[in-house]
Amino acid sequence: MVVLTLLAATTVGIVRVRNLFAVAILTGVYSFLMASVMLVLDAVDVAMTEATVGAGVATVLMLGTLSLTKTEENRPIHSVALPLFVAALTGAVLIWGMSGLPDFGIAETPVHLDGPDYVDRSLKEIGIPNVVTSVLASYRGFDTLGEVVVIFTGGIAVLMLLKRPAARKEDE
Amino acid sequence: MGVIDELVANYNRWIIVFLMVAGLYIVIARGNMVKKVVGLSLFQTSVYLLFLAPAKILGGTPPILHPDFTVYAQPLPHALILTAIVVGVATVALGLALVVRINEAYGTIEEDEIFAKDDDD
Amino acid sequence: MRMDVVLRVATKLLLPLMLVFGAYVQLHGEYSPGGGFQAGVIVGAAGILFSLVYGLEATTRIMPVYVVEALIPLGAVIFAGVGVVGFLAGDNYLAYGQLAGDPKSGQKLGIILVEAGVFVTVSATVLAIFYAFAGRGVR
Repeated sequence: MVVLTLLAATTVGIVRVRNLFAVAILTGVYSFLMASVMLVLDAVDVAMTEATVGAGVATVLMLGTLSLTKTEENRPIHSVALPLFVAALTGAVLIWGMSGLPDFGIAETPVHLDGPDYVDRSLKEIGIPNVVTSVLASYRGFDTLGEVVVIFTGGIAVLMLLKRPAARKEDE
Repeated sequence: MGVIDELVANYNRWIIVFLMVAGLYIVIARGNMVKKVVGLSLFQTSVYLLFLAPAKILGGTPPILHPDFTVYAQPLPHALILTAIVVGVATVALGLALVVRINEAYGTIEEDEIFAKDDDD
Repeated sequence: MRMDVVLRVATKLLLPLMLVFGAYVQLHGEYSPGGGFQAGVIVGAAGILFSLVYGLEATTRIMPVYVVEALIPLGAVIFAGVGVVGFLAGDNYLAYGQLAGDPKSGQKLGIILVEAGVFVTVSATVLAIFYAFAGRGVR
C-alpha cells in the first residue's frame, strides 16, 4: 500500500514536471516501484521483466531520444479544463465499472475457480515447476510466437525509421 | 464495514484508475511528443496492474510449484502481461523513433508548432 | 569517448556478472523466475552498458550491426521452426510432445528451444534499437 502511494506520487511528478530529463528519470523510478508492486502481487516473472525492461531499457531509450531532441517542454497554451473534464469523466466511468469486480485477494473469484487449471496440469504434463514458463512456452506457445514476431516487426520498423539518415532524407 | 474499509480493501483499484486517468490526461493535454509517449506507457502499465491484481490470492505464493505450498496465484495473467511488457517496450521504442524523425523534419517536438508549420506551407 | 577510470573498471567488473546472470536466468527459467524475455533484455542491456562506456565503435567491432540484424529474424525462425518440427512429427503446430522419446522430455526440449528463440530475438532487438538511436546521434 505504501508502494502504491509512492507510485501515485511519482505519477503526479511525471504529469507536472516540464523538464523532460526529470521525466525520464521519474519514469525509471515509476517502473521500479511498479516492479515492487508486481512482486507483492506474487507475479515474480513479470516483476523481473518490468525491472529490466521498464527501469533499464526504456529509460536508456528515452534519454537517447532526449539527446537527439529538446529537453524542455513548452508551457501548455491551451486551457487544461477540457482534458481534465474528459479524464475525470473517464475515471468516474472506470470506478463505476470496477465496482462490480470481486474484492482483492480472495480465492473464490471466477479467475481462480473457472480459469484454466494450469497449476494442476503443469507438473503432470510438462514436468516444469515454473508454471508461468510452461504457460508461456507450451500451452500458449502460439501467442508467444506472435509476440516474438511483434518484437521483430517493432525492431525492423525502428531500424527503417532511424538507419542511414543520408539515404532517407529525400523522401520527406 | 464503512467507506474507509472499502477504500483500504480495494486500494489497488483506486491507484489503477488514477494511473490510467493520469496517462490519458497527459496524452490529451500535453503537446510535447515525448511526454505523450510517456503518458501512453503510463496508461499501459496501469493495465498491467489491472490484470495482475485479480490473480493474487492473499496468503498464496508465486506460481512456482513446490510440495510445501498449495495456494498459488493464477499464472495465466502473468504470462499475458509478461509478453505485453516486452511488446510495450517495442512500441515505446517505435514511438520514440517517430519522435526523433519528426524532430528532424520539423525542428520541434511540440504539437502546436508542428501544426503552425504545416499551415505555413 | 570519455576516459573515466571509475566507469571503465566498474563496467569491466559488472559485464561478466551481467552476462552470467543473463545465462542463469535463461537456463534456469524452468525452475525459478526467468526465461527468454528477461534474459534477452539483460544481455541486451549488458551490450548497451558496454557501448555507453566504451563507445559505439568498440561495440560494433564485437557485435557488428549486420550480425545483430541477422539475429532478429533468426530467433523468430527458431521459434517457428520448432513448431514446424512438431507439425512434421505428426502432431499439432507448436506441440512438443513428439520431439523426444516421451512427451515430458519432449515438452522440456521444446520449451528450451523456444525460449532460446525468444532470447535471440529479444536481445538482438534491444541492441539493434540502441544502435539505431546511438548511430543517429553521432551524425
